[in-house]
Amino acid sequence: MENSQKTRRINNVISVILALTCVAYVYPIVLIFLNSLKSERAISTSRIFEMPNTETFTGVQNYVYGITSMNFLESFWYSLFISVSSVLLILLCCSMCAWYITRVHGKLSSGMYYLCVFSMVVPFQMVMFTLAKTADTLKLNNPYNICIIYLGFGAGLAVFMFTGFMKSMPVEIEEAAMIDGCNPLQIFFRVVCPILKPTMISTAILETMWVWNDYLLPTLVLDIKKYRTIPMAIQYFRGSYGKVEMGPMMACIMLTVLPVVIMYLICQKYIIEGVVAGAVKG
Amino acid sequence: MEKTIRKYWPVFVLPTLLAFIIGFIWPFIWGIGLSFCQFTTVKNVTFVGFQNYIKIWADDTFVHAFWFSTAFTIVATALINVLGFLLALLLTRHVRGTNIFRTVYFMPNLIGGVVLGYIWNTLLNGVLTLLEKPLLQLNATYGFWGLVILMCWQQIGYMMIIYIAGLQNVPPDLVEAARIDGATARQVLFRVKIPMVMPSITICTFLTLTNSFKLFDQNLSLTAGEPAKLTQGLAYNIYDTFYARSGAQWKGIGQAKAVVFFLAVVIIALVQLRLTRSKEVQQ
Repeated sequence: MENSQKTRRINNVISVILALTCVAYVYPIVLIFLNSLKSERAISTSRIFEMPNTETFTGVQNYVYGITSMNFLESFWYSLFISVSSVLLILLCCSMCAWYITRVHGKLSSGMYYLCVFSMVVPFQMVMFTLAKTADTLKLNNPYNICIIYLGFGAGLAVFMFTGFMKSMPVEIEEAAMIDGCNPLQIFFRVVCPILKPTMISTAILETMWVWNDYLLPTLVLDIKKYRTIPMAIQYFRGSYGKVEMGPMMACIMLTVLPVVIMYLICQKYIIEGVVAGAVKG
Repeated sequence: MEKTIRKYWPVFVLPTLLAFIIGFIWPFIWGIGLSFCQFTTVKNVTFVGFQNYIKIWADDTFVHAFWFSTAFTIVATALINVLGFLLALLLTRHVRGTNIFRTVYFMPNLIGGVVLGYIWNTLLNGVLTLLEKPLLQLNATYGFWGLVILMCWQQIGYMMIIYIAGLQNVPPDLVEAARIDGATARQVLFRVKIPMVMPSITICTFLTLTNSFKLFDQNLSLTAGEPAKLTQGLAYNIYDTFYARSGAQWKGIGQAKAVVFFLAVVIIALVQLRLTRSKEVQQ
């Protein structure tokens, strides 16, 4: 009995320590939030830790200015469109490709599989220059078809995750469907896809996390004067002005972080499961 | 059945294969080819053999970036994995608030590298001003540790999640049996739990190693290589060589650097996998 009481006391201490670390973890974001409400003058490095007071509080002014001056809504739309289109395309094409790889044994299958594994190790800097040039030549340099580039570069992880799952799928169900008169396409969409749903969700999450936050690929491929995704806009905001306007900058950072955090809180379960699944397959 | 599916390969494999060729295979092969050439645009290319590869090592910034990345990778990998594992241990003890803690620790992962860099740039510069020390952009040592702190903040949660999953898979009867045999808490940890979560350790060290070595976004936004390119990691140094330097020779040298970088990543990945895989126990 005494032992369990001792454990409980230790656990309480751990709880308190962890809670304090949590506060430290959230603090940077809170700091940015507080500063996004202050006037320009009060955000210098020496006054960054001051709370907004009646003199320096500016309300949503920074937000309004940030949204209008950096075309935030447009950037948001580009980021959203690119992420959704790329991830949908990756899910569709890679799951089909992975099914072929697991069910058909041959040179094409094993070649594709090893290339995919290989592509996961290659750093982006290796291909960045030539990839940007290829994209330019093929006119894949606008937000509406950049998803093809993402399909090419993101295929490795997705195919790898799908094949990892499909290897454990019983082939008998598919054979039964074939005897009942399904063609391969019907088998895939009616039988395989529903079984694949959990892996689809995991893959979708990992790929979304990557595409949504990706900075370098869109910077090199898209025309920065015409199309800016959110990470590009933030970087552009810092780089192009002679003097960085800190207030609007902080407001934009908040606007970038907020939707992600909200999404995370809503589908936390899936995100964490997705990460674990991805790691186990990896 | 295999035969019937095989006939459908244009539907199943071709789209991915085409995109893969456009987005990866062709740029990769072309990139290797260009590393042996001098070029400013892709139309104006002259073959120079191994010259680019020789010139790399005469470029001080590259050698420095190589060591910077290596040091950063070692420090960040060690810190992230130790702290992540520690948190995972604490969070598998059924303490109150476990779910909230897990949620909070994982959150920074979802925020992009560029944004994270600016958040920490603001915070760290504020702290440094308070301590009356030089700013991040002016002191390479602070820049280095700033990057380490930022990476830890971002990655610990991710690794923690993987370690938690690993620890939950350790059969409780194994731990129980060890306790009955008189093992202390420390012995249970080092003799039972750690060997059993070796697969997770393999994955986590692999991920942190490659992530830290390939670090780019955070590097760009936290210090931008300042002061005087002293806080440039390898990935950022390559980018800088390509796009920020004027002179006909730099693009070829940049591409050659990229090939060396790629080889280094492959070697690290292979060595690491072999080392930790050999320590895994069969269940």
